[in-house]
Amino acid sequence: MSSKQHEWPLWEVFIRSRQGLGHKHSGSLHAADAEMAIQNARDVYTRRQEGVSIWVVPAEAITASSPDDKEVMFDPANDKVYRHPTFYKLPDEVNNM
Amino acid sequence: MTEGQHLQIILRLGDDALVLGQRLSAWCGHGPILEEDIALSNTALDLIGQARNFYTLASSREDQGRDEDQLAFFRTDKEFQNHLLLEQPNGHFGDTIVRQFFFSAFALERYAFLSRQLVDAEVAGIAAKAVKELQYHWEHAAQWIVRLGDGTTESHEKVQASIDHLWSYTGEFFNADEVDAAGAEAGLLPDLEVMRKAWNASVEACLAQATLTRPEDGWMQRGGKQGIHSEHLSYMLAEMQVLPRTYPDATW
Amino acid sequence: MSPVEMNLEARFDAYVAEEKKIEPKDWMPDAYRKTLIRQISQHAHSEIVGMLPEGNWISRAPSLKRKAILLAKVQDEAGHGLYLYSAAETLGVTRDQMLDDLHTGKAKYSSIFNYPTLTWADMGAVGWLVDGAAIMNQVPLCKCSYGPYARAMVRVCKEESFHQRQGFQVMLNLAQGTPEQKAMAQDALNRWWWPSLMMFGPNDADSPHSAQSMKWNIKRFSNDELRQRFVDMTVPQAELLGLTIPDPDLKWNEARGHYDFGDIQWEEFYNVIKGNGPCNKERLAARVKAHEDGAWVREAANAYAQKQKAKKADATTHAA
Repeated sequence: MSSKQHEWPLWEVFIRSRQGLGHKHSGSLHAADAEMAIQNARDVYTRRQEGVSIWVVPAEAITASSPDDKEVMFDPANDKVYRHPTFYKLPDEVNNM
Repeated sequence: MTEGQHLQIILRLGDDALVLGQRLSAWCGHGPILEEDIALSNTALDLIGQARNFYTLASSREDQGRDEDQLAFFRTDKEFQNHLLLEQPNGHFGDTIVRQFFFSAFALERYAFLSRQLVDAEVAGIAAKAVKELQYHWEHAAQWIVRLGDGTTESHEKVQASIDHLWSYTGEFFNADEVDAAGAEAGLLPDLEVMRKAWNASVEACLAQATLTRPEDGWMQRGGKQGIHSEHLSYMLAEMQVLPRTYPDATW
Repeated sequence: MSPVEMNLEARFDAYVAEEKKIEPKDWMPDAYRKTLIRQISQHAHSEIVGMLPEGNWISRAPSLKRKAILLAKVQDEAGHGLYLYSAAETLGVTRDQMLDDLHTGKAKYSSIFNYPTLTWADMGAVGWLVDGAAIMNQVPLCKCSYGPYARAMVRVCKEESFHQRQGFQVMLNLAQGTPEQKAMAQDALNRWWWPSLMMFGPNDADSPHSAQSMKWNIKRFSNDELRQRFVDMTVPQAELLGLTIPDPDLKWNEARGHYDFGDIQWEEFYNVIKGNGPCNKERLAARVKAHEDGAWVREAANAYAQKQKAKKADATTHAA
């Protein structure tokens, strides 16, 4: 019986732990609609004052990069060391730059 | 308002919260879905917390010096003065939600008033915290009323039956007795006629959205505030109080 | 297995051996996926079935403070079940499938929850011993190779630490209480000690899945290692409580630097797993009942959500 019934959709939950920080993925849960997802997220993921703001996103609405493309996507950044401040050796006199 | 009445008002607030909290906590592990188990438990924890706050306040005011646990575990059903609605059995999920919905609409208004009144600052302090909790309980219950009412034919029929059944327990909220009248005159409690209007407005709006029918106001049950309860409370207390009463010398 | 798969599997093994994490969409051997689904769902089931024996005492908790603590604890277990089901869902199984497996008896859960909670002291013993044993099992899982499981376990372990502490405190209050309370505490220890030791699973020699799980960094320590650690940790705590562990063979072994302890009655263990424990039927029936009683509620919420969606779509079409 239960398997024939539609399960409530899965939602991904993102929580801002305090003002000034970004929302971070906390976990997921099931809810029939967005209002319920927000309430469930509050009850499931902020019982210990973990948050001040919640985002919920239907899991199916997320587009993710493919793990197979990991190398193609992210390896090319490896050799662009000049993007990092430590690449530049400057005289000691300007060491606070 | 006499000192005795003042104390009685505080105890009544505690009793409402404890009796409903006790009922609701029985859902833990038995809800329709895990997420809802957690939600109902949160609500129950809020209510138990409110009860503890009111009992602790009562304890500091009364000369018998009973602490929160003595007030919870060593009073008889005759001494509990909660509204009858709150001791009604959990029934199915719809029954529980309707009970929560009726009470939250009332308690939210009551706490809002209590948090603003200037007669008793400590009551106002407890109420200020509780009003936030009740806002959430109300929204949670109201959303479920709409989902069940406007969900499937089965859910509509079930929740309508719950509403029809529990309706007769809502009149007691607004049926002022001497204590209520004295409290209102002193400015500690709200005018229950004003409360009735506010309650009707929020309940009716939600029922309409849920495509549910508001029952006619017929005969209303009463007696809880005077300690004359339904048959259910005595069983509930027997279970709740069994350990402290079996081992009265023990601390836990 | 094709050469390509063999190559993938070799890379996977090497990757895991370097303590690197696997994420949901990464390639993984089928057996790894299956092992995880079995273990994580079994773990989730244990959390939600585990709500029942303790939930049994919420209504009768002897003080309002204890009532709130116990309710918050059992609620946490629902949360832990939820985190774990979510972790398993990332492997391509639905929560409904997992629940079906539980309800039809296909999936297992920790046998410890098939024992009854007969007195208030059982709330102490369960928190102290059962949660204590669970933590011992769970802390290493925070470093497990599968990312979502490891993250769920970090959360679980963080929350779980209050569970054991509150259990010990219940025991302490009883042990320092009236003679009746102390007897209650001893009786609970007598009943929960051996089942707690069984929670670590069969002896290493008889543990069928262990070797592969260790290789995959799903399991980090053997059953017997963890059990020994638990005994070593718990004996001094029992002494502190002034309670006696019900094992005449228990004694400190100076040479080993560990406590020796008596033989576990594995016949009982396997019987409880098979369904012959004191509460197997009640526990499962309670879960099935909750699920079936809730079917109309879940269905109603679905129907309402569908209606709202349709209304919104309708409004958009008209607007366009």
